[in-house]
Amino acid sequence: MTNVNLETLKPGETGTIAAVHTDRALLHRLAALGFRIGKRVEVIRLGRFSGPLHVRIGATDIMLRRKEAQKIEVQPLAR
Amino acid sequence: MKRVALIGMPNTGKSTFFNRATGASARVGNWPGITVDLLGAKLLLAGEMVELVDLPGIYDLHGFSDDEQVVRHFLEKNPVDLVVIILNATQIERQLSLALQIKQLCLPAVLLLNMADEAKKFGISVDAAKMSAALGMPVALLSAKYGNGYQDAHRIIAQSVRSSTPVPPEKLQVLLAADDQIETDMEAVLKNTVQIPVQLSDKLTTRLDSFMLHPWLGLPLFFLIMYLLFQAIFLLGKPLQDGVGWLLEAFRQGALEPALAGLPAALHGLLVDGIYNGVGTVATFVPVIVLFFLFMALVEDSGYLSRAAFLMDALMAKLGLDGRSFVMMLLGFGCNVPALMGTRVMRSRSLRLLTMLVIPFSLCSARLQVFVFITTAIFSPKAAPLVLFSLYLFSFAAAFTTAVLFKNRFQNNEPFILELPPYRFPTWRQMVLRGWHEVRHFLHRASKFIIAGVVLVWLLTHFPQSAAPGGIDTWAGMIGHFMQPLLAPIGIDQHLAIALIFGFVAKEIVVGSLAVIYGLEGNALTGMMAQQLDWVQAYSFMLFTLVYTPCLSTIATIRSESKSVPFTLFAVTFPLGLAWLLSFVFYQAARALGY
Repeated sequence: MTNVNLETLKPGETGTIAAVHTDRALLHRLAALGFRIGKRVEVIRLGRFSGPLHVRIGATDIMLRRKEAQKIEVQPLAR
Repeated sequence: MKRVALIGMPNTGKSTFFNRATGASARVGNWPGITVDLLGAKLLLAGEMVELVDLPGIYDLHGFSDDEQVVRHFLEKNPVDLVVIILNATQIERQLSLALQIKQLCLPAVLLLNMADEAKKFGISVDAAKMSAALGMPVALLSAKYGNGYQDAHRIIAQSVRSSTPVPPEKLQVLLAADDQIETDMEAVLKNTVQIPVQLSDKLTTRLDSFMLHPWLGLPLFFLIMYLLFQAIFLLGKPLQDGVGWLLEAFRQGALEPALAGLPAALHGLLVDGIYNGVGTVATFVPVIVLFFLFMALVEDSGYLSRAAFLMDALMAKLGLDGRSFVMMLLGFGCNVPALMGTRVMRSRSLRLLTMLVIPFSLCSARLQVFVFITTAIFSPKAAPLVLFSLYLFSFAAAFTTAVLFKNRFQNNEPFILELPPYRFPTWRQMVLRGWHEVRHFLHRASKFIIAGVVLVWLLTHFPQSAAPGGIDTWAGMIGHFMQPLLAPIGIDQHLAIALIFGFVAKEIVVGSLAVIYGLEGNALTGMMAQQLDWVQAYSFMLFTLVYTPCLSTIATIRSESKSVPFTLFAVTFPLGLAWLLSFVFYQAARALGY
């Protein structure tokens, strides 16, 4: 499957992080929260009215805005 | 004295550990090289006094957020004998990087793996001895919340601190540069020491989230929770505040007045009506602040605050704020002062300043008293509730407009990425300690400013001595007269201008000041006001009262929280300008329409 950005995943779908396209500051913050290449990320739910995403990486639940999610490239996993 | 620094990621129970280790003895202090307050405490470790400093929670020593800068600057400027690293055992796979970063700096360190109880529930097992060998630093498992493992932690900290020597800060500045090695080191340490089941999920949290963050139920639930919280603070706070007021009055009548009876009138007035009332103003805030932070600790430590942020983010992002700003704004409807102090949960400075700018527009319970008094005096019983409701709408409108106006000025550059920690129930001890710390902070930072302000307003309203107190011949009256060209276009006469000067101290005393200004009480006062003011004037006065400076304590809090005099000045002058503009537009429009 081709890579997509994290924002396009639907709730319940999982992907493997392939790349993070962003500046150093955000890259650091994301890495520290567990967004590293090769990690599996699951979208739990989407906030209403174009609200933030609720995702899970390992044992950590994280919310991030769609703007940031667009910068994270994932390879969708078949369900 | 040796210095021990506490470092950890957010939501690792670092502060819980700090509170438990130091009890209620901690105090807020300033440190070289940084501009935020840090909690520090002296404690006895194996027969030696050491100073323990609680650094802000950070994800990364090399990151770029405000907090990460604070920690770096602290380490670069203040020699540290030992670093106590606290990590969350359930998230060890990603948090270990922080420990390795500290190790790379050659700082003497010990590692405490907190939430060992939760990790065990998840099926995560950590071999502390092996990890200690792999990392080259002592490791202990801990449950800060329940106090398990404290003796071990205490022992390894005491041992390490005795044998350690501080690294010169200059050396750290150099070392803080390189960090590429860490990623590979982390994998190597984790591989042999930690076993983690493939799929982790906290069933209870997942189930609670399916209600709390439900697409349709989430927001109504949020408003219900906020309403209950607000009611609880108000219902419990009102009698406590009245009780403090009663005690202060009893002390004044029973002890202070007789003791000072022999003094000349002016000095007596200064001491009793000036300084003692100033102290009283400070004291009445104490119960609200304690209560507010008891509940705030509940909301924050339970993990709900991040959920509230999730729910409100779609709207608040457009205003340049985030969901937590909205929670503080709502709680500001009870009292602005603790809501301003609560903005400390926001770690980005510009976001915090913008939130502090909008909170004072929240129609607090003190202003409500004034509005209830005036609406019952001037408006018909049928119209009164609508008038009150419209003031609440203006309150929200003023806050949102201000946020939109200044969101670019206070641009928030930090990406909004927030952890949603599992739901936890905070212990009573945590909640009470939090309330206590905040009250001490408030008394320490704000009390002098408030007392000085109360004395100043007392002088303005009681001098020259020949004038009747609070009358139009006092200095306050003269200012009111002098300001007439500015105040007449918004329908505020000289009497009301004096009330506004009183209201600068606290809105609670506006009604009382009206009684002094007109020299009338009760029904006679309301009758007189109904005669002197028409509804357009009254509403214009209320609009002005709603938007201009809430009270002296709010300003004192803005000053102590922002640590910036220019910002504080701006936070006073902008609402004044907005208040005038709003009243002007309303008053002139109403008059033009023939009312």
